[in-house]
Amino acid sequence: MAITKEEIIKLADLARIEIPEKEVESLAHEMDSILDYVKIIQNFHSDENEVSENPPLVVRGLESENVELFKGGVMNVFREDQNPNESGNYTDDVLREFPNKENGYLKVKKIL
Amino acid sequence: MSELSNLTIQKARTLLDSKELGAVELAKFYLENINDKNKELNVFLEVYDDVLKNAEEAQKVIDAGGAGELTGIPLAIKDNILIRGKKASSASKILENYRAIYTATAAQKLLDQNAIFLGRTNMDEFAMGGSTENSAFGVTKNPLDPTRVSGGSSGGSAASVAGNMALGALGSDTGGSVREPASFCGMVGLKPTYGSVSRYGLMAMGSSLDVIGPITKTVSDAEIIFNTIKGKDKMDSTSIDIENSKLKIENFKIGVPYHILDGDGIDADTKKNIEESVKKLKNLGYEIQDISLPNIDKALAVYYIVMPAEVSSNLARFDGIKYGLSVEGENLLEVYKKSRGEGFGSEARRRIILGTYILSAGYYDSYYGKAMQARKKISEEFKDAFGKVDAILTPTTPFPAWKIGEKKTPLENYLADVFTVAANIVGCPAISLPFGLSRTNNMPLGVQLMSSHSNENILFEIGKKFLNEN
Repeated sequence: MAITKEEIIKLADLARIEIPEKEVESLAHEMDSILDYVKIIQNFHSDENEVSENPPLVVRGLESENVELFKGGVMNVFREDQNPNESGNYTDDVLREFPNKENGYLKVKKIL
Repeated sequence: MSELSNLTIQKARTLLDSKELGAVELAKFYLENINDKNKELNVFLEVYDDVLKNAEEAQKVIDAGGAGELTGIPLAIKDNILIRGKKASSASKILENYRAIYTATAAQKLLDQNAIFLGRTNMDEFAMGGSTENSAFGVTKNPLDPTRVSGGSSGGSAASVAGNMALGALGSDTGGSVREPASFCGMVGLKPTYGSVSRYGLMAMGSSLDVIGPITKTVSDAEIIFNTIKGKDKMDSTSIDIENSKLKIENFKIGVPYHILDGDGIDADTKKNIEESVKKLKNLGYEIQDISLPNIDKALAVYYIVMPAEVSSNLARFDGIKYGLSVEGENLLEVYKKSRGEGFGSEARRRIILGTYILSAGYYDSYYGKAMQARKKISEEFKDAFGKVDAILTPTTPFPAWKIGEKKTPLENYLADVFTVAANIVGCPAISLPFGLSRTNNMPLGVQLMSSHSNENILFEIGKKFLNEN
């Protein structure tokens, strides 16, 4: 099933990327050949025939202490919200990187 | 001082500590080499202006008797790892003038020892590629043959060490980006266990795959850098501590999945090289066992589904609003689309769009869902294999460094990752060791050793013997 030019335009739109008109066709071809390769995955049959509800974000747990993670378990990664940075420590650096700013605020176009 | 070109981190440490060599003198040697070669090879995107000042500081620490293993050692850093106040562009137009507002944990640990960062190295844009041909700032040429690529995505880091423009370098490895360029340049490259080195301050590409690793001339040097940068970090919830346990076993068993060498597109030289390395390992006293990894042929497909999915999410942060390139438009949506359209190069755009497709409602189960099932299965197969053997041997790449411009389609480039991606999918450590030369073009070949999670020590132990170190 080939990807159409319209689909590429739609995907680029969803990804918020402007694509030059002349690139749309070559992108469709390239996507086709990549998808044609990765589709071998669709012949893969898992023993369990189902994906766990929470697929492991971190597949590092081959060792015993992390075995729960490896089985698809979920680990609590939240920490206490404490010891914030000293106020103002990063402010100037962050401001410096804003493309548009006014009076120490980030300036954006109106949204509504 | 021409003998400096044979220096390793270990040797430099001895010379610095015995005062036969000064930190400033050492730094100057590398700065001069960079000055001589960088114009032609395009290894560094920027050489820092505080190198000599930092070398003087390091010398003071050495003189005061407080030197660590990397004090005064000149290193290179990949352009996607942050140092506060310094530019870090990921070799992308969208971050061309971005200055980091904080320092990566791995870099900080090196700075804490007064290691010297010489400059930031070229790479494939956002670490997407295997040749640095996707850099927005031109390809890095291979110091061993400037008509060829130096590999990627950490191509500048590998070339800096191979070209005596740094004593060691940091790279990042998502699907082979430390090991492949190390192999193409005849260097050692380590991809550590997922989570063993903090990702804080490494620009995210595939967050479940990314890890920072060293590129060096020797296994001992890679071990020194790894031991310095590893460790749990409160700024990265996926980071873990690795215990530096003494190795109990003496005669490691090494598994070779011979069946994967039957695939298409693998050079005869590469296959022959595996036979040679097996011979050498046997002579060193290791037992070799033929092993099977039944689903490893799907590893590359899993990778090129999971990785673009994560890329499309991670690169959503570059929007032309908060930092980086911002292109003027009629409204907010147009600013997003123009900034991202002009700021990202073609490979980054391709992977974002591919990831958007893979994660879209109608295709999620048949691509991402299937890939996650296969990822789990492949991990289980590795676990089984590591129940029988201590390490797994494969080539690092199916072929050596290619000619600049030789590979025309994205898929041709992707196939270079066929042996390296499995370690990222599983999360286990892997090292590329320089071994043998291609008889067709005289370029270096590499072999890869993988071990089970947190067992970098096994790789160091076998690697040092294999390369006749110590």
